[in-house]
Parts: sequence; C-alpha cells; structure tokens
Amino acid sequence: MNQPNQQNSIFKVIGASSLGTLIEWYDFYIFGSLATIIGAQLFPADAGASALINTLAIFAAGFIVRPFGALVFGRLGDLIGRKYTFLLTLVLMGGSTFLIGLIPSYSSIGYAAPILVLILRLVQGLALGGEYGGAATYVAEHAPKGKRGFFTSWIQTTATLGLFLSLGIIVLAKNIIGAEAFADWGWRIPFLLSIVLVGVSIYIRLKMHESPMFTKLKTEGNISKNPLKESFNKKGNFKMVLIALFGATMGQGVIWYTGQFYAQSFIENTCKIDFNDSRYILLWGIAFATPFFVIFGAWSDKVGRKWIMLTGMLLGIIFYRPIYQTFLDKSDVTTWTDKNILKEEAPVVTRFAINDVDSIVSSSVKVSFANGSSYNKVNIDTVYANPTKMIGHAQVIKDKVLPTSTFWVYVGLVFFQILLVTMVYGPIAAFLVELFPTKIRYTSMSLPYHVGNGVFGGLVPFVATLIASFAGSTPLSGLWYPIGIAALSFIIGAVYLSNKADENVND
Amino acid sequence: MNELKKYLGIVWIALGPLAMVFMAWQAWDKISIAKPGIDTTNTALQWGIILLIFIPIAIGLVIFGKYALAGEYDKLPESSEEI
Repeated sequence: MNQPNQQNSIFKVIGASSLGTLIEWYDFYIFGSLATIIGAQLFPADAGASALINTLAIFAAGFIVRPFGALVFGRLGDLIGRKYTFLLTLVLMGGSTFLIGLIPSYSSIGYAAPILVLILRLVQGLALGGEYGGAATYVAEHAPKGKRGFFTSWIQTTATLGLFLSLGIIVLAKNIIGAEAFADWGWRIPFLLSIVLVGVSIYIRLKMHESPMFTKLKTEGNISKNPLKESFNKKGNFKMVLIALFGATMGQGVIWYTGQFYAQSFIENTCKIDFNDSRYILLWGIAFATPFFVIFGAWSDKVGRKWIMLTGMLLGIIFYRPIYQTFLDKSDVTTWTDKNILKEEAPVVTRFAINDVDSIVSSSVKVSFANGSSYNKVNIDTVYANPTKMIGHAQVIKDKVLPTSTFWVYVGLVFFQILLVTMVYGPIAAFLVELFPTKIRYTSMSLPYHVGNGVFGGLVPFVATLIASFAGSTPLSGLWYPIGIAALSFIIGAVYLSNKADENVND
Repeated sequence: MNELKKYLGIVWIALGPLAMVFMAWQAWDKISIAKPGIDTTNTALQWGIILLIFIPIAIGLVIFGKYALAGEYDKLPESSEEI
C-alpha cells in the first residue's frame, strides 16, 4: 500500500473506532445526567423503593457489571477477534439505550418500569466494559511504530466528548422544548436519538477489517485458548495487570472522575450554581481542553508515557484543594462586586404541612443584578401552632447565575482539571496496549482499565459523601479520597513503572 | 531503587488488609445508623457491593506487595517474550 492510502486507511480506522466509542460513552452518560428525571418518571414515588432500585442501577452497573463486561468481552475479543466483539458491544449499548427511551412510565406499567430500567442499565454497563479495550487495541494494532500514543489518543478523547455530547444534547433539548415538557417526555429524546448514532456507527464499523495483528495470530494458529487463564493465572502477565491497575489506572480513574463529574456536582450542589450555568462551565472547559488529549498522546510517543501521566496525578494532588476552595469563595454572593440590584421580584410563598397544625413556609425571592448575575434567596421557616415552640429559620441562596468574570474563572479552573485528565488519560491506551502480548491484550488491558475507572473513579461521589459524613468534615473533605488514591498511584507508578515503551507490539 | 521497591512491598502487603478492615468498619457503622426498614436494606446493599468488589482488589494489592518483596518488579519485561 502506498503512503497516502495507508494514511487514509489509518484515519478511517481511527474515525470508525472513535465514533463508536464516543457513542457508547454518550449512551452511558445520558442515563447518569438524567437520573433525577428518570427516577421521577419510571420509579415508584416511594422514596425507599426508588432509592433501592437506584442503588442497584448505579452501583451494580458501574462496579460489578462493568469489570465483568471487561472479562467477558475481553475474552471474546482475544478468541474471535476485535472487530466483531466491539461491534457486539455497540449493538448492546445502542439497543439498550434506545429501549430505555421507550419504557412506559411507572404510572402506566408499575414496577415493570424500574425493573426494565435496571436490566437495560446492567446491559449498558456490560457493553461499556467490553467496548473500550476493543477500540484501543484495534487502533493500536493498526498504528505504526512511534505513533501509537498519537493514534490511540483519539480514542481517549471519546469519553470526554461523549460527556460533552450528552450534556449538549440535554441542554439543547431542554432549551428548545422547555423545562416542563422535557421533564414530562422530552428526556426520552437523547435516548431515542442514540439509535440513529449507533446505526451510523455500526454501518461504518461493519466495513472495517479485522486488526492485522490478530489476523496474523489467527492465520498462524497462535490465538490464546484460554485468555482469562493466561492473563490472570500466569505470574509474568498477572504482575503486569497489577502494576497497570495500582500504578496507573487507579490514579487516572480518580483524576478523570474528579475533573469532570465531581467538579460539576460540586459546582451545582455545593456552590448552588444554576443548572444551565454549571453545565455551560463544564462544556466550555471540555471544549478548550479536549485537543490536549491528542497533544499529550502524541508527546508521549517522544518522551514516554509514564511521567506525563504521573505529572497529571501530582498536579491534581497539589491543586485540588485550592481549586475547590476558590469555587466556594467565588460562589459566596456577598463577595460579588456588583451591588446594583436591578430587580427584586415579589416573593413566591409555598406552605407545606408537617402535620395537622404545624407547617413549613418557604419564601423564594429572585434577585437580579445589573451585570446579568442573579440568585434565588429562599427563606424557610418552620411554623408551630404551639406558641412556646421557637420558629425554625433557615436561608439558602441557590440557582446562582454568576457574574461574567467569575463564570470565566470557573471555566478556567474546570479547564485546568480537564487538562490534568488529558495528561493522565491521553497516553494511557498506548501504555496499556504496550504492556501485554497480542493474544491476550484485549482481556489483560480491559480489566485494570475498568477497575481503575469504574470502581476507583466511579466511587468518587460515594466516598466523597461518606467522608463528608465524618465529624468535623468541611465541604472540601470529600477531596481527600481522590487526593489519597492519586497519591498512592503516583508513588507506585513513580517507583515501579518503566518509562520505556515496548516498541514492538506485534508479538 | 530495587531495595526501595522491595521495602515498599511490605507497605502494600499491610495496606490491603488495613483497607478492608476500614471498609468493613465503615459498612458496619453506616448500616447500624441507617433507619430500620428499606433504608437499612439499601445501605447494606450499597456496602455489600462495595465490599464484594474491594475484597479482590485488596487481595490484589497484597499479591502486588508480595511480588514487589520477592523482587519481581526489579526488572520489568521489555517485550512480550519476557512475560
């Protein structure tokens, strides 16, 4: 094959693989982003039962099924080939996402609705566990020597772009049809849209050929007979699986989840920034930072993978607390410089009965400033019929729309966190591919990746909330989990990992 | 550096069981303070899943420490033939 054709072919490989993986991430994230609305529509009103199903959907899908999917599809990919395996994961993911969009509400079919959601969410987790390893392996096995980091870095952009796409489509749909219609039926749009995206991706992937390295192995009859046994029962390989997990993917997972999910959740729930504003901040941060996946991936071909990834972890360890402290300080409305109140709307008063005689009175006032910023001041009073009981009072400032300069400070800080994500995540596919031999590569790299990301990364919100429940904790205490895990991974990586890349992955 | 790798192996061997004891203690604490009924079931389910997934990871950390102590990471393989 001549040079331009070869070039053309590798970009087709990258495009086809990345598009499918991007859509898989999109499918996985829209569920998380719309969990509250799905809960209201498809789950019982009984808070306890609803929480139980939610726990299963979130915990089981992320922590058990995802690594399990890595084993199931990794094994399949090493036995029958990369192409058909990651086609299968795409069909499973797209099909289950589309079907979630079709599930009738709880009021129509009762408990069948949450049970169907749960089953389909588990299928999503399973498919996600199999997709990434396949795409990364497939691209890496097409990449020429010295460009593996650059080529696989395109796959690395897909997780963040999938999040970007999911947030973008949700915000767009909500703005077009209105919040009320979106909560009623419009939330189904992002799910149903998935079938179109998946259809296009399947069509493109079907036209692709099997990985040349796998084809060679198959022709020579050197395919592994038992990839699971060879990956985890053979000391020489298992020790590499362990070092990949503890020295790289564990730290990478927490940096990834903190920079994107925890940041958004903190801005929205702790700083009480408006729903749309908090998403716009993340969208801008992602848009500015995404090219750096490719930059760091390509750079890792020249200087090695190890220190780029570890520097990303180290910067997270050093800067997370100052960054989140700045988020908190800048969200304090008393520090906003514009004191020219443009408009203070009439209070909206709501009364909720606690019992026959006592009640909670909530009074909400929207305050707007000349520079475009605003917030809702909510006074909550507990009113008792018994005059000897004290009236309970609390004030919450929420739905804050930030002044423009503060908004961009937030964007800058989120950008910096996603930059760290690009440092740890950009080179990691090439790093994992180079650790393992072709015949068990899909299985061996998928498990540490999904344990690092699905378990250590996925637990960031849960453990952060757990730490926040300890006596004497502050809003920043939850950060000790990602800082601690990243520090542990940094030490293990710095001491045990080699910066030398395996030039030849054709073995 | 190889000496450091070996000594740190002892830390990883100790860290695995310590992390499990801490998790189990937290699980017990959180389940015991949950409201009786579905809240307790939910908390127990969450922690059950976490313990289930963390036990093999903690065992993995101990094995990693054991390998480090035995000098398995003194020289990493540079090609697949060495694995």
